[in-house]
Amino acid sequence: MTIQGWLLIAIFTSLLLLLAKPMGLWLFALYEGRRTPLHRILGPVEAGFYRLSGIDPAEEQGWRRYAVHMLIFNSMLLLFTYAVLRLQGGLPLNPLGYDGPSADLAFNTAISFAANTNWQSYGGESTLSNLSQMLGLTIQNFLSAATGISLAFALFRGFARREAKTLGNYWADMTRVTLYLLLPMCVVIAIFYVASGVPQTLAASVDVTTLEGAKQILALGPVASQEAIKLLGTNGGGFFNVNSAHPFENPTALTNLVQMLSILVVGAGLTWTFGKAVGNTRQGWAILAAMITIFLVGVTITYWQEAAGNPVLHHLGAMGGNMEGKETRFGIAQSALYAVVTTAASCGAVNAMHDSFTALGGLIPLFNMQLGEVVIGGVGAGIYGFLLFAILAIFVAGLMVGRTPEYVGKKIEAREVKLAVLAIAVLPLTILSFTAIASVTEAGLAGPLNHGPHGFSEILYAFTSAVANNGSAFAGLSANTPFYNGLLGIGMWIGRFFVIIPMLAIAGGLAAKKYTPETAGSFPTTGPIWTALLIGIILIVGGLTFLPSLALGPIADHFAMVHGQLF
Amino acid sequence: MNKDLITSLRPALVMTLFFAVLLGLAYPLAITGAAQIFFPHQANGSLVRDKGIVVGSTVVGQAFTSDRYFNSRPSAAGDGYDGMASSGSNLGPTSQALADRVQGDVAKFSETSPGLNVPPDLVMTSASGLDPHISPEAAFYQVDRVARARALDPASVRTLVEQAIERPLLGFLGEARVNIFILNRRLDHFGDKPAA
Repeated sequence: MTIQGWLLIAIFTSLLLLLAKPMGLWLFALYEGRRTPLHRILGPVEAGFYRLSGIDPAEEQGWRRYAVHMLIFNSMLLLFTYAVLRLQGGLPLNPLGYDGPSADLAFNTAISFAANTNWQSYGGESTLSNLSQMLGLTIQNFLSAATGISLAFALFRGFARREAKTLGNYWADMTRVTLYLLLPMCVVIAIFYVASGVPQTLAASVDVTTLEGAKQILALGPVASQEAIKLLGTNGGGFFNVNSAHPFENPTALTNLVQMLSILVVGAGLTWTFGKAVGNTRQGWAILAAMITIFLVGVTITYWQEAAGNPVLHHLGAMGGNMEGKETRFGIAQSALYAVVTTAASCGAVNAMHDSFTALGGLIPLFNMQLGEVVIGGVGAGIYGFLLFAILAIFVAGLMVGRTPEYVGKKIEAREVKLAVLAIAVLPLTILSFTAIASVTEAGLAGPLNHGPHGFSEILYAFTSAVANNGSAFAGLSANTPFYNGLLGIGMWIGRFFVIIPMLAIAGGLAAKKYTPETAGSFPTTGPIWTALLIGIILIVGGLTFLPSLALGPIADHFAMVHGQLF
Repeated sequence: MNKDLITSLRPALVMTLFFAVLLGLAYPLAITGAAQIFFPHQANGSLVRDKGIVVGSTVVGQAFTSDRYFNSRPSAAGDGYDGMASSGSNLGPTSQALADRVQGDVAKFSETSPGLNVPPDLVMTSASGLDPHISPEAAFYQVDRVARARALDPASVRTLVEQAIERPLLGFLGEARVNIFILNRRLDHFGDKPAA
């Protein structure tokens, strides 16, 4: 580890904290449906969308209607992307003449992008046309992100409203977030990426005669425009197979910094927005404090392990940190930080190959996802996932002091706790049972590239990543088979929408409740005790469930590595 | 529930079509247009041409394996530096295949540059398989071999490396590194002239 590396981590974290409030303020304006300066340009577009869709943006929706409209729209988008992918061979902007992907691959990819996961069973540059990347995938990147943020807004309204029946209007939330937040930011960021060396062209490739006289073909395409939303929307699906490790996706240390900030800035801003919505911004900061604490512990462990390197390779004369699967321009510090950032959020973009991390260095990204990606988390999904844990934490606190638990002015009762546990249990239940199936079936065992405990880690990582809607991979796993495409696709859908429905049900119930003013007997939810309790609950509930599986995978792998046992 | 379903169909369909046009076509095409006007060099891959022939990109790496060039890192992209099949090795820390490969590469480099510790990046594959850089240590390590193969003075080759080192931005952002395509290209042009 170097001073320079720690400086990077410190500066990155400070920048993120500095951006949280301005981003939170902007999100709050959208949450409230206020006019922004951007309305002058994009207002007519918004109004036009509503008129043609027959929507009254002021019409309020109860939680059921909000849920149904969101689900129908997402299903429609899923079909749209599936169709674009399957028909690729006959559609324009396909200079390399790629045929459409197989049914199972298109199914997996369409679900993956609709569920904000962006698991890549395909290698972008060798499978997809420019049109598929633009029309099929970029649109999902925007709208799945906007959907996540809208859902967070709905839950915020549940906490903020009193004796109300409704949670807002899904169409209005989703459209506003897309038009006034994601799209303008992406335009600016995409131009910055191009200036830094990210290609943006409709050509698909260029022939090179190298200095040694060999022939090299370089894949090109409209990369920058997709790159911008890929990170800002915590989608993570790369234009190229190796994602942000590809020099064309992420050419410099500066683009790398902007990418990491893009991943977390909306999630961090939403904590502030939540505080503002419930009338006390300290509520938001308490949440962000808990998130940042877990985040920094993770960064420390991964950075330390990667810098310490692999003793197996040290014995062979390759001393120093673990550079296998890392780019020179990023080195150890930026690769370790990026890995923790991308799995803290539900992003899944990678700038290094997690599969080749040291055993414990790779455990942290895996563990981050298993916690449910609530450490800042994906756009929207992070904060609503976190608030489910907050409900659980206040319930536990209530048990300890023997009072009816209250959180930000709402009584937390049996219905909320049951639904929160249901939503939280979806993750371990699906991940562990699907991993178990893959570990004992022939089709599942055909997947891993590595042998021994690391092979198991590859399977576990895949299902964790899919169900948690992350999309990063221990990419050695050969996942482009009907078995994995199918099972991972189902896992992604469950992991997204089986959390959302109970969450919206909680929001609907909370909105209907009276305001319960804070009294001397209320458990304070702004101070360090609350932050510590939140961290405890997240680690115990999220962590303990997965400990046995981690022992079989990365932890066994670590001891093998230390003792020089190879597979 | 049924009513909710029916009321959602029209907005779902219309929104899908309109957002497809706005986000799937207008946005990427507008960015493409702006990029081609304001940053045509970067937008087309930062390509370098010699006499009209594209010889490489300053952003993406290419394979250098001969003794006359500074060698690039080993690559898992296709047969090495395949620009259409970016890939890491994805070998885990306890992989026998990884250990065997590293052992082989260490032996290979120790033959041409005996007595020195092999810099780790030179025997470990990058994440993309298209890494355009090597560490300054990995460049200095190869100076004597390259100088020998080209019958040049090692000191002037060393100077060439020193001039090619890119430092971290603001002292903390990024790693010190050498762009191997740029370095090797300078080496080629250096070779044309009589050694000064």
